[in-house]
Amino acid sequence: MSLLDVRDLSVVFQRRGERPFTAVDKVSFSVEPGQTVGLVGESGCGKSVTSLAIMGLLPRRGNKVTGQVMFDGADLLALRPDDMRDRRGRDIGMIFQDPLSSLNPVVPIGTQVAEVLERHRGMDRKAALKEARELLDAVGIPDPNRRLKEYPHQISGGMRQRALIAIALACKPRLLIADEPTTALDVTIQAQILTLLKQLVDETGTALIMITHDLGVVAGLCDTVNVLYGGKVVERAARHELFARPRHPYTHGLLNSVPRLDSPRGERLHAIRGSVADNIPWAEGCAFAPRCDNVVDACLEGTPPLEPTTTGGDLRCNNPVTEEVAVP
Amino acid sequence: MSDPITRPTVGAQRDGVDPAAVEEKPEGVTPSAIGRLGERKRARLDALAQASADKGGVSLIRDAFRRLRRNPVAIFGAAIVALFVLVAIFAPLLAPHDPAQRFDELTKNLTVDSIPGASSDFPLGSDPLGRDFLSRMIYGSRQTLFVGVVATLIGLALGVLIGALSGAFGGWIDNILMRFTDVMLALPALLLAISLVAMASRSSQWTVILAVAIVNVPIFARLLRGSMLAQRESDHVLAARALGVKQHSIVLRHMLPNAMTAVIVQATLTLSTAILEAASLSFLGLGDPDINRAEWGLMLGVDGQRYFEVRPELAYYPAIAIIVVALGFTLLGEGMREAIDPKNRR
Repeated sequence: MSLLDVRDLSVVFQRRGERPFTAVDKVSFSVEPGQTVGLVGESGCGKSVTSLAIMGLLPRRGNKVTGQVMFDGADLLALRPDDMRDRRGRDIGMIFQDPLSSLNPVVPIGTQVAEVLERHRGMDRKAALKEARELLDAVGIPDPNRRLKEYPHQISGGMRQRALIAIALACKPRLLIADEPTTALDVTIQAQILTLLKQLVDETGTALIMITHDLGVVAGLCDTVNVLYGGKVVERAARHELFARPRHPYTHGLLNSVPRLDSPRGERLHAIRGSVADNIPWAEGCAFAPRCDNVVDACLEGTPPLEPTTTGGDLRCNNPVTEEVAVP
Repeated sequence: MSDPITRPTVGAQRDGVDPAAVEEKPEGVTPSAIGRLGERKRARLDALAQASADKGGVSLIRDAFRRLRRNPVAIFGAAIVALFVLVAIFAPLLAPHDPAQRFDELTKNLTVDSIPGASSDFPLGSDPLGRDFLSRMIYGSRQTLFVGVVATLIGLALGVLIGALSGAFGGWIDNILMRFTDVMLALPALLLAISLVAMASRSSQWTVILAVAIVNVPIFARLLRGSMLAQRESDHVLAARALGVKQHSIVLRHMLPNAMTAVIVQATLTLSTAILEAASLSFLGLGDPDINRAEWGLMLGVDGQRYFEVRPELAYYPAIAIIVVALGFTLLGEGMREAIDPKNRR
């Protein structure tokens, strides 16, 4: 049985007097225990909203969440708020994008790590701080005794993200959701954080949902990848399949737009034309059609279905790409 | 962590690695890193680590305090405030006479057109009732600071309660509380204070304190509500919710401490307006009816005004004292605002 099974998850934002906006449109995917699953797409494709919906962290008003999020046999969307609160941090951990603003600026790091231990594991402050020291050590923070007493603004960005990872993993959750965990960091620190995440996930057997727009992150970490566009999954494939044979023109475009060190001098960078705003409602066709190089008449006649591919993935496209991409 | 001072000197280890030094490897540095560093560098690193470890955690407040100390204007304000506080505390030692005592040598020269001026015994002369004016000025600082500080604290406490409830829960609680503050803010502060004092059946210094406190409640409440709302949307509160932290700890431990900075700054600035408002009420004759109590606003309003043509000093000195102490609090408050404001962090 899957650890997490998201079925037909939809999130519709509805403000009074405004047209409803479907941020996530019947997204389904599952995560096996210990597996790393990527959610990839441009800004505004519904990645973060999906993760917030799974965690039950969307604002109470102004949106409608439908579908099912089965975790460990229970539908998280149907849980009472108190029960869901008990699960957050204990069964499901989360890491956010900006490590500075995600830490409480007026509370020392150690207290922030200890807080979640006191909350979910019933430890007293002393035991929690001792455990916090070990957690900081485990995520590679040097001199943890000193860091325990320091405030977020006193430590470096990479160390802050390490501290957040320590907090998220403090209760040994079975699922960790990382929402763009490396976006706010510089490249060398990004690599360190990704290595750390990979190591911790391997050691603890925690399943990981990696939300990112960075295909490099996906390439290094994920077992399977879900590519989202306009709130829908457009392609799902195992990692090596996706990089070797991207079938959806959007995935293909994303991979092509990654700059290469071995490309000839003077060659222009590839880009997907248009912007995320150039889309049509899924009901009238494929949302990507206005930007697509492979567009055919069928693309403007109703939503293309998500169909299984011969390589074990799923694809939502009328005219998939067939050429192979040389894997760097 | 080993003490860097006891480490062997650089010269002693030039020939090779001192085995004793290798044994007392500092914790937290991995062996491979140690291997690559020279002994000299290692000692230096240890010293640096030690120095920053001694410094310990620097909280936002302590950090702000450091910036405050570098601001000469704020220091000037703080010096004024400190001076007045010291005068208030040591009033019995500083004042040459009892402020309530009427002296025969003063009263005998007292007429409607002449009030005795400075003499060796009475450096600032007499007040219209034959009491020592200097002693009354000195004791007046007590009354002024007491009223200002207590009124501000009461206003702060009530305002924080209302603002925190409003900002944390929102909805109908917020609506009711904020309409209530709107009504209070709609009236000019002094007018509201006067009507509050007028409502009391018997006036005392506490009616003044309460009136000034209540006038300031909506300001604190509004300010705190605003920052609580901003905190509610902040990333670290979302992160705390993602960890399953309970609602009351989110409000008390994550939102309130972060939202309080603006209110604390406002409180310093309010000290000066509270002093002015209290003095205004006394000036208008709405203060403490006890004629023996020395209070600058009363001294300015009753004695100063009535005998201005006879002895204008009776008005000048209390007026100057009120202005200077209010200025001191304002400068200190402005300095604190600049020091705490995250946008000014360098």
